Amino acid sequence: MTVPTLDIRDLRLGFRTYEAYVEVLHGISLSIQPGERVALVGESGSGKSVTARIVLGLLQLLRSARISGEVVFEGRDLDRLSARERGRLRGTRMTMVFQDPTSSLNPVYRIGTQFHEVLRRAEPAITGAAARDRAARMLMEVSIDDPDRVFDSYPFQLSGGMNQRVMIAMALANEPALLIADEPGTALDVTVQAQTLTLMRELVEQHRTAVLFISHNLGVVREFADRVYVIYKGRIVEEGPTAAVFERPGHAYTRALMAAVPRITGGGLPDIGDEPRDFSQSLVVHDARGDGP
Amino acid sequence: MSVPLLSLQGVSKLFRLEDREVRALVDVSFDVEAGECLAIVGESGAGKSTVANLILGVYPPTSGAIRMHGEPLPARRRREHRRAIQLVQQNPLSTLNPKRTVGASLRLALDVHRIGERRERPEIVATLLEEVGLPADFARRYPAALSGGQRQRVAVARALACRSELVVLDEPTSSLDVLVQARVLQLLEELQPRRGLTYLFITHDLSVVRNFADRVAVFEKGRLIEIGVTETLFAAPGHAYTRRLISAVPVVSREEEMVRDRLAEGGLQP
Amino acid sequence: MRRAVAILTSNPLSMLGLILIGIILFCAVFADFIAPFPEHRGAVVDFANFNQPPNWPHLMGTDLVGRDLFSRVIYAYRISLILGAVVLAIAVPIGVTVGLIAGYFGRYADYVLMRVTDVFLSIPPLVLAMSIMGVLEPTLINGMIAVTAMWWPWYARLVYNMTRAEKEEGYVLAAEVIGASPLHVMFREILPNCFPSIITKMTLDLGFIILIASSLSFLGLGVQPPTPDLGSMVADGAKYLPDSWWLTIFPSLAILVAVFGFNLIGDAMRELFGADQ
Repeated sequence: MTVPTLDIRDLRLGFRTYEAYVEVLHGISLSIQPGERVALVGESGSGKSVTARIVLGLLQLLRSARISGEVVFEGRDLDRLSARERGRLRGTRMTMVFQDPTSSLNPVYRIGTQFHEVLRRAEPAITGAAARDRAARMLMEVSIDDPDRVFDSYPFQLSGGMNQRVMIAMALANEPALLIADEPGTALDVTVQAQTLTLMRELVEQHRTAVLFISHNLGVVREFADRVYVIYKGRIVEEGPTAAVFERPGHAYTRALMAAVPRITGGGLPDIGDEPRDFSQSLVVHDARGDGP
Repeated sequence: MSVPLLSLQGVSKLFRLEDREVRALVDVSFDVEAGECLAIVGESGAGKSTVANLILGVYPPTSGAIRMHGEPLPARRRREHRRAIQLVQQNPLSTLNPKRTVGASLRLALDVHRIGERRERPEIVATLLEEVGLPADFARRYPAALSGGQRQRVAVARALACRSELVVLDEPTSSLDVLVQARVLQLLEELQPRRGLTYLFITHDLSVVRNFADRVAVFEKGRLIEIGVTETLFAAPGHAYTRRLISAVPVVSREEEMVRDRLAEGGLQP
Repeated sequence: MRRAVAILTSNPLSMLGLILIGIILFCAVFADFIAPFPEHRGAVVDFANFNQPPNWPHLMGTDLVGRDLFSRVIYAYRISLILGAVVLAIAVPIGVTVGLIAGYFGRYADYVLMRVTDVFLSIPPLVLAMSIMGVLEPTLINGMIAVTAMWWPWYARLVYNMTRAEKEEGYVLAAEVIGASPLHVMFREILPNCFPSIITKMTLDLGFIILIASSLSFLGLGVQPPTPDLGSMVADGAKYLPDSWWLTIFPSLAILVAVFGFNLIGDAMRELFGADQ
């Protein structure tokens, strides 16, 4: 059996505040195989974004955060690595695409400078010319036809969709094993969002990059992911191949989520009862083979 | 024929920036009939917010006329115009003043428009909160103690407080979670006939539009490119841009996917 | 509230600030009971005990006419705090109103008001106060006028910038759409959201006003004898350095403690309100 790219076991997270101790994640387990696209879907406050930040090693820097459980990346327990070693993984083996592309690029540097910076993380000795060459190839891959113009532009001179593609190109430039995408493109128009998602899916397939895709949008998840984890209030409540989860949602919460989405085929607004449902029932796992379409 | 509640005739809006001019809206004409829900859809830069701001009187049109019940709306709105047209905004975090209680925010509308006797107003505030499905003691709370969905309900109550006729819903649910969105939309749907409201529903979410609006107006780059009854427009989108919008909608079932892809190609007819 | 207490007490520096300011306020309010020689705040002479180094019962020694320095420092605190409070009570409302109007209405109001503010801000504060005091008679009241004149523009700037930011918030549009008057929007909607910054600045400023007022009286332009004032005490004592060191050192320390204390509390409040948003 191959080593999973990411293996999270019984991850717990709590915060000490002035008033009390609040637990945000109550033991999450999740694994991603090499080249697999996995979505973590849930509402705001469900704990999906903090999970991503723990994987990136960002929350560990926060003094008020209490973290337990294991996060194993390519067979290495992140907890056993020093902050320095974890830092070195970021941007090389493990990269990230954010929600708002325009604000995640630094407005005072040209794209070229920032791209060079990204490539230097993996290859400190890379020359300007070599970086430009690599960047141009990557930009072509994300369907940017005039990489030279983009290379010499500042982020604010480009459209949101263009910046998003640049972000994707940067995120994949160092051939990472894992790409973490936190609500990518939610700040963009729907047509642009659809385009960038298609593009991203094609690229990660080509590069065999594993993806942890964080989203609240069921429709987007369905189009992007191979496998889905549904997270509710810090617990994984359902897990399985995308098709199985969407065709036969097993957990009350997942069913409620699906029922709440208005359909493009019409049929009126979804009718949601005000009664709290039984969302606390135990984890539902779809078997990849026996349950598939 | 009856006079429409609101009517835009040849409305254009030009913004002069330091180095250039932006044509935010170009020669737009449409009517909003009393009691209907008209959706305004389009992407960023389509002119959706400009339409809302013109109707709300945030700024006047560069040319063209906006009429309400056949009367032209003046650039400086009088109090009765303010009362008649209300707004529910997109961002639940900023729509309520963090330093004022929910009750104070609702009282403002009653005080400005002298609705009810002074001593009855706390009672009216309580009734309004109940009408949007919130407990009456929320009046004493500050917005920080409310969830996003609860804040949007308060914003709806504020629009009801004015006894307005037209409510501009500017992406009222797009920053809410899907379960919360469903409940807020349900509330809006129930209130419409009960309060005799007319909605101008500004959004980019076509799935919601399909199930919520009576008619749809599609905007692209400041122009109105297509307007029609929701059923008809979704059965046979007439404009290539509309089809492109539909094709980008993320869906959750295979049945929807098939319908969407057929729509994107031109229509439901074989 | 619990968070406020937690933040103030968890940080040793803010605790120190609280203690220092607590002592100063206590002394100023109960000066008549604390000062060992309350009558020494005025024109009293006691040549039997003149120019004594710290001893019992003169904890900080005595000045050249035999008055108890400790009593005079305590009364000087009272005067400084009254001066600071009066200055802020006048400067803050003026500055806030100017800032709100300029920020909310923009265009001409912005242009006219903020240019006037800039003129005041462009003159070094001490120079401005000195020229005002040069024209007017150096009394406590005129000292307050001079310091007020140099202080309001800072509040105008602060509130102006905040108003411009708050104006873009949804609740302002909501109030306007309802038809609320500009007065309501400025003072009831926008202003409460500026309060945390204003109060933080006021705390920090109390220390600086005491410093500036002392500087003025050090230059002979502030409060006149025999009223006790920290600045003039330092100035008078400086002539007799280093022999009668207590004449300079204790009033200087008193100024330092006040400025330091208010700064510490100001920083704590900045943290408290900053974490709020």
